[in-house]
Formats: sequence, C-alpha cells, structure tokens
Amino acid sequence: MKIHEYQAKKIFEKVGISIPKEGVATSPEQAMGVARDIGLPVVIKAQVHVGGRGKVGGVKLARTEEEVKEFASMILGMDIKGLTVRIILIGQAIDIERELYLGVITDRGSNRPVIMVSTEGGVDIEGVAKKTPEKIHRFTVDPAYGLLPHQAMNLAFSLSSEVKETRKIATTLQKLYQAYIVADASLAEINPFVLSRDGNFYAIDAKVVLDDNALFRHPDYEKMRDFTHTEKIEQEAKERGLSYISMDGNIGCVVNGAGLAMTTMDVIKHFGGEPANFLDVGGSSDPQKVRHALQFLLIDEGVKSIWFNIFGGITRCDDIALGLVSAVDELGIDLPLVVRLIGTNEKKGKKILAESGLDIHTVETMEEGAKTAIRLSEGRK
Amino acid sequence: MGVLVSKDSRVLVQGITGRDGSFHTKLMKEYGTNIVAGVTPGKGGEMFEGIPVFNTVVEAVDETGADVSVIFVPARFASSAIFEAVDARIKLIVAITEGIPVKDMVSIMRFAEDKGSRVIGPNCPGIITPGECKVGILPASIFKKGRVGVVSRSGTLTYEIVSHITAAGFGQSTALGIGGDPVIGTRFVDLLELFRDDQQTEAVVLIGEIGGSDEEDAARYIKETNYPLPVFSFIAGRTAPKGKRMGHAGAIISGSSGTAQSKIESLKEIGVKVAKIPSEIGRFLKEEFDAG
Repeated sequence: MKIHEYQAKKIFEKVGISIPKEGVATSPEQAMGVARDIGLPVVIKAQVHVGGRGKVGGVKLARTEEEVKEFASMILGMDIKGLTVRIILIGQAIDIERELYLGVITDRGSNRPVIMVSTEGGVDIEGVAKKTPEKIHRFTVDPAYGLLPHQAMNLAFSLSSEVKETRKIATTLQKLYQAYIVADASLAEINPFVLSRDGNFYAIDAKVVLDDNALFRHPDYEKMRDFTHTEKIEQEAKERGLSYISMDGNIGCVVNGAGLAMTTMDVIKHFGGEPANFLDVGGSSDPQKVRHALQFLLIDEGVKSIWFNIFGGITRCDDIALGLVSAVDELGIDLPLVVRLIGTNEKKGKKILAESGLDIHTVETMEEGAKTAIRLSEGRK
Repeated sequence: MGVLVSKDSRVLVQGITGRDGSFHTKLMKEYGTNIVAGVTPGKGGEMFEGIPVFNTVVEAVDETGADVSVIFVPARFASSAIFEAVDARIKLIVAITEGIPVKDMVSIMRFAEDKGSRVIGPNCPGIITPGECKVGILPASIFKKGRVGVVSRSGTLTYEIVSHITAAGFGQSTALGIGGDPVIGTRFVDLLELFRDDQQTEAVVLIGEIGGSDEEDAARYIKETNYPLPVFSFIAGRTAPKGKRMGHAGAIISGSSGTAQSKIESLKEIGVKVAKIPSEIGRFLKEEFDAG
C-alpha cells in the first residue's frame, strides 16, 4: 500500500527522525492558517501517489501569505499524471546546505533488508543507480541483529567525514531501519535528508510503501488509504476474492490463477488483440465469484467479447459453468462468450454449458480461445 | 529419482484439519504420498483419514520421523507454523499459504539458513515427483513420469505448460511452483542446480514472470556454469502495466526493473529458447529430443 509523504513522516516522527515543522490542508484558507503557525517562508507540496511532482509544478516556495494562497489554489485540484491533488503539505522552508539519500528496501535477491545511502540526494535515485552506481553505497542487514551502530557509522562515513555529522546520520539510519521494521514496510526512504545551513538534519521528503500482507497487524493504517477511482474498483474486487486490473483493450478475460491470467493477456496480444483487463478468480470454486467477475468486466463499456480461460485444479469446471450460466441469465449479458474449460470436472462443466441453451463458443486451447475472442470482438460497436 | 520429494519422503501436514488442509491431504494420500502425521494445535491424539494428529511439530517428528512438511495454515498463523517446522529440523518445508507478511519471510529465511531447512514458497502450488510423491495442491492427472524438470513461479500456468509437455509425449522428473511472493525460500538457480545433479532430468523448463530478477539470475547461472542440460522458458506478463501487482505479490514491474522483456532478453542472449505462447514449449522439446 502506498501512503502519502505526510503520512510517511508521521511514521518517521514516531521513531524520532527530525521533520521540519509542517501541516496539511485541503483548502487555500486552511493552507494560510498552517503557514501562519509555521512562519514564512513555506514550501507547498502536492500529496499524490506518483513521483516527479516537482517537475510539473506540484512543489512551490511561498514567501508571502498572498503566495501561499495563490500556490495553494493552484496546486489543489491540479492533475499530476492522471491523479487529482486533494491534499497539500505546507512545510517550513529549510535553508539547504547539502542533500543526502537514505533508504531501506527489502531486497528480493538476498531475502534481506538492504540499506542504501548516497550523497546524491534530492533526485530520482533510480537515475543515480543507472548513471553513477558508484555513488550509491549499500549494506545488507542481517535481520537477526538489525542495523548495528558501527554498521550505520560505516555507512555514514561514506557520506561525510565530519564525525559530528556522521553520528547524526548514523542515528537516523538506525531510526529509519526501526521505522521500516515497526511499520512492516517494503520500502522506507528519506530523499532528501538535508543538512541545513544552521547545521541541523531534516527529513525533507519521505516515502514509505507498506506490505499489504501485513496490514492485518496494523488496523490503524487502514485510515491512511487514499484510493484513486481505479484503485477503488480494484479494492472492491479484492474484497470479493478477485484480482482485477483494468486495461485499455476490448477483450474481457476471466481466468483462474495469476500466471495464467497474465499469459491470457499476452496470448491475446500475440494474436493481434487487446485485453480489456487482468482478472484472476483465484483458486476457490465458488460459483458466486464468476458472477462478481462478470460484474466487474461489465463496468468497462469497452468490452466487446468475453473469454473464460479456466484450467481446473482446485477450481472445478462444473462450478465455473454453473456460475457462468446463472450469471449470464441474471446479468442479461449480451456479449459473445468464449469458454475454455480444462481440468477437474471438465466433462461435467461442458455438459452444463451445452444444456444451458446459451450461445457459447466452446474452445479447447488458448490459441483457439484468443483467436475466437478477437474475431468475435471485431465489428461490434 | 527426481528432486526434493520421492517415495521415501515422510510427509507431515500442518493444518491438516482445516478446510484446504483436509481436502488436499485426501488427494495427496490418494496419489500415494506417504503422509505420516498431521499437526493442529488442540487436536493432538485424534486421527484424520488414518493419520495421527499431533499438537506440535516436535512431537510429530519424534513419533513419526517426518522429514517434509506442507503448510496449509492460514496466513496470520502460517509464519509461526513455518518457524516451528524449521525449529523441529524438518528438512523441507513447502508453504502453500498465500498472504504471509514479507518481514516474517525474511526472518524465517534467516532462521532456516541457521538450522539447515529448505523452504519452498510461500504462495505456491507445491511439488510433484510423478509416480512417487505429491506435496501440495497440483492436479495429479496432468503429470506423467519422465525426463523434464519443471520449475515455475506460478500455479495454473504451470498446469497449462505441463499439459503441453505431457501432450507432446514427455513426462516430468519433478515439477514444482516456487511461489509468487517477493521473498521466497527457493529460487530458479537452486532448482537448476538440483536438476543438474538428478539423473532422471534431461531438460529443464523454467516458467517465469514479471517482477524481481530471478530469471536474470538464472540466465547468469546457466552461462557461468556452462549448464549441461537444455533449458526452455516461458515468461508471463509481456503486456502487464508498470507499477501494478498482477495477482501475485511479487509480480510487479517497479520503475524499470522486473520487465518481461529484460528477462526474455537475458535468457535468449545465452541461448535459452523462450516460448511466445505456452504450446511452443511442447514443440521445443520435440525439436530437442526427436531430432537427436
């Protein structure tokens, strides 16, 4: 789960990482109130779940109350990469001496947490990793012991030779690791971690990605959710036991299993069609799920044909067929249906379809399924 | 023969009385898997389908000599169950459960390293050595004993491809899913090594997907070790959008890393044939073996 900068900073603040004075607002008036409390100048920042907001005018320095009002009105409602800004963060402007990068991620290669630090803070770290990988220092943490003080110090010395500074950096690294652990994060980063002209360090920007699998341990994080329209639909699907992701094409797919669902999209594309979605009905065999799946497909008016690609294992073909027949009836589906049922109880499933009297195109292979679904989608408005 | 599990495996089912555990225990037993014990805390002393149930893994191991454990425990309790199996020195732990917190898996893998256990999964369909032993939820009917080792990050996609392998006239030495999560216990490279040392395995089919760099690591391994067996591959997710989790927690393109293109190129570069559609795998195998 992605969370906003201001929410990530709350998590950091709890473990004692120093954050500039700041507050959030949803209106220009509110923004002026926050700015007054903090004292001018302030930085106004859009809170959206995408990077690169600065480049499109989502971050502004305001020196006067008029500017606060002007920039707040400008940023609120702004569209950044398809997302509308509804919340802004107003923070104390820091006089920057140097910008560092500090981060912790779960490294899939080693199955360990990895600390990354760089003197190239304030910019996109992926870009730094590509162009000048030598400027990023990494350390793999032994999860049994955590980040030890001397290990944090070693990392800090790669960023500064002033021991006064390295002590502060090392302490922050340990706190950052603690925040990563406590929050069940898969990523926790401070970028930039700023040394101000008056000699203090601040986390100016923060990013935390939470592990969805661990959310059950943090019921309080639920209120941090801020979904876009698309994410809301995906979440509703998830609550019904489905994985659904909307795409731009016109062939709706219903598949059991994530790998097969991805492959179904790939095969459609391979034969020249465009998938309308990714949809995994999961491993269970509940006929209700088929109905829910079709309901999600029908939200998308671009869908011109529907392809069921089911490889029965735990999922039983007869259950899918039963769900399909009753759902088509109840939902009054008028689109061409292509069905491939293979595996557990395949014969029973096919019999149910044959006896239903529905106009269903039964196919045996993925190739045939894709080609048929593409052919039937063509020429329909 | 085959790898990891065989007719000699003594299998313990953790969560044997649960909904999925009980259902699949019956199927595994029907297949001929030697299931020696089950564990469900609070149900020790009971019998399930003629299998003794214990309160703890340690007890089950002491009484029955179980050396493989399969985890059907729900996500909230599954990490504790895996820790328990590792602590009881179970050599091979197959975690079917989906939704285990990643941080728990990181700790589990650290613990397993110390104690010398191998973990498969989590979020995986399990392992089958056709004709000998099935541990997990794979549909037995599509498998056939033979010479192709199959390793996959997916479940039903594995079945799809195995059915093409079987239809092309080839059987499997061992087939398994290693799991769709970002942190998993056993990777492609580990299996390539095991298959290389298995006398029954003459070719390997590697079924990958977007996210992480396991496929790239496998390509490097094949090149660096001058891998002696032919390897064929299929990679799912060529049309997957960036930044979206495609069903599996680990199937995500983050930034520019983890794309299907990068994986396909890495494999092709070292001479591994990569299928564009699943049925091509059967054709590749025919070309390899029927020609020579």
